[in-house]
Amino acid sequence: MAEKGTLCGEYFMNGDTACAEGAISAGCRFFAGYPITPATEIAERMADRLPQVDGTYIQMEDEMASMNAILGASWAGVKAMTSTSGPGFSLMMENLGLGVMLETPCVVVNIQRAGPSTGLPTMVAQADMMQARWGAHGSYEIIAVTPSSIQEMFDLTIRAFNLSEKYRVPVLVMADEAIGHMSEKLVIPEIKPGDIVNRKKPKVSKDEYWPYVDYDNDLVPPMAVAGEGYHFHTTGLTHDERGYPIMTAEAQDKLIRRLVGKIRLNHKDIITLKEFRTEDADIIVCAYGITARISRLAIDQARENGIKAGLVQLQTVWPFAEERIRELARHAKAFIVPEINMGQIVLEVERCAGGVKTVSVPHPGGTVQQPQMILDAIREAAR
Amino acid sequence: MTTTSPKTDQGNSLQRFLRLDRMPHIFCSGCGVGPVISSYIRGFLKAGIDPDSIAFVSGIGCSGRAAGYVKLDSFHTTHGRAIPFATGLKLANPKLNVVVFSGDGDLATIGGNHLIHAARRNIDILCICINNFNYGMTGGQMGCTTPWNALTTTSPYGNFETPTNLPYLMAASGATYISRWTTLHLRELEGSIAEALGKRGFSFIEVVAPCPTVYGRLNKRPRGLDEMLYYQQKSIVRHGADPKEVGISLDSPIIVGKFLDVQCPTYLESRQKILDKAREKGRL
Repeated sequence: MAEKGTLCGEYFMNGDTACAEGAISAGCRFFAGYPITPATEIAERMADRLPQVDGTYIQMEDEMASMNAILGASWAGVKAMTSTSGPGFSLMMENLGLGVMLETPCVVVNIQRAGPSTGLPTMVAQADMMQARWGAHGSYEIIAVTPSSIQEMFDLTIRAFNLSEKYRVPVLVMADEAIGHMSEKLVIPEIKPGDIVNRKKPKVSKDEYWPYVDYDNDLVPPMAVAGEGYHFHTTGLTHDERGYPIMTAEAQDKLIRRLVGKIRLNHKDIITLKEFRTEDADIIVCAYGITARISRLAIDQARENGIKAGLVQLQTVWPFAEERIRELARHAKAFIVPEINMGQIVLEVERCAGGVKTVSVPHPGGTVQQPQMILDAIREAAR
Repeated sequence: MTTTSPKTDQGNSLQRFLRLDRMPHIFCSGCGVGPVISSYIRGFLKAGIDPDSIAFVSGIGCSGRAAGYVKLDSFHTTHGRAIPFATGLKLANPKLNVVVFSGDGDLATIGGNHLIHAARRNIDILCICINNFNYGMTGGQMGCTTPWNALTTTSPYGNFETPTNLPYLMAASGATYISRWTTLHLRELEGSIAEALGKRGFSFIEVVAPCPTVYGRLNKRPRGLDEMLYYQQKSIVRHGADPKEVGISLDSPIIVGKFLDVQCPTYLESRQKILDKAREKGRL
């Protein structure tokens, strides 16, 4: 039996709606957002669905407020999400950093549209990938997933919640407008308790508890929430294990190394990817989102022409799958990186390719790459 | 831990709610933030609020540092964003008693939009706004509350912008409880805090407070005592004053008192009503 109000079965829906349903299945019961194309359908679905599962939907006055409201909700012990697109994502950056600093589990969805600025509000891009990684100021690590289908919108949204709860970090769902607005079949499985991860609660007494002590030696402190009697303090300032502000380079060193370390050291647990015809491939296409699906057609066509092409589809784009790219680089002749931006993730692939030729197939956005563009790049590289 | 004075050794009810392990605090001599923290603690004790149920949220600035000194669940957030953070806390767990404690620059200047909308929605939280007429933390710059012609480091010839009248803004936005006191009126402030905590809805309390180190020094009141004398000379208690008439200028009296106390459905009550209706009609 599905939990009250959660769906189970086969559906035909768009990516935005599937994202909202994934959130509800993951246990999200708080959504704060601001309308923005092409992410609005997520907010609309949440406004409709959350009251059915005793959750809270609030439409905030802007995206800075939305981001803060989900942080507050998470600190009240409720799983929380917001969704947006380019301009709103830019506005969220400062407080995404607050989420990282306070170690607040939450999920931020970006249905990417073409920019900069207002750009093409209704049309596709994948150009916020580096902003996702570096958009807030300071040194930090973040997790970002990239769905390529409506099923993955659902599945990876659940995964985003699970990772955010496990590692106490905001997790980004970096989808694109094509996936957000495309409709296709979605199978919602029965969600079992083991499918859902919840944050670790403190095990020590209220008098002994400090919010940022690494009690379990896994770099992720157990999390008390407001109203439980722990009387904890948390701050966006550099702080010690008590959560107290400490204005020294030493405190900064200890805190930042732990915040970065908890993601970097767990990259194997965090990163997932899919591969298609890579077993014998020497031309590796590395793509994500809608571009990964277009790449499959180009790869099939290349294979018909006798070129051994294969696809690495990134489901987790941050932290980057550098280990797998390095492995593939040992036998690859070239990497082809099509993406709907002027060259972002290609820089990561190139960094890990160890000198293997890495080719960008850029696109400024507004529409997707034609398979022929990717096929041409594969053919050129195979020559 | 620093040396405690004989007085604190005797202990008092406030100490339980202060992080003594963080003393000495950062506030300047003569600063108004500390007394307002004390008034808040006395106020919630008087109102019979369970300390475990409190979430204390601050933004950035001198007043924003208050969260770090109270032994309560406390959040020191980003500049201007304490109110939406507090909104998330309150709506996710309506049992929490959420207080936003921050400064004028944080709440009204950079965060003004959130202040307006929290009041409009009538979110059931208490907002204590310490107004020292300038950005103290960064060394005394002008903000939206700086009186006309006042000197600050970024209005060296006198401020030529029109200041925001906070109670008037809050009344227009939909706050259901509005009062103003100065740090000379700590008993009244404490009573006002207790009263606001005893009712539902968005409550806004402005506390005019000294910043002798920067604003006071630049405006001929360089000691905390100067400010107290000024408040004594200039403040007039006028309960029920029209918020439109309580704007603060350099030469005018400082009107203090309770300006508004009405009951309106809170955000959550209003939501409940709408959802109940939808359920009756079978739409939910």
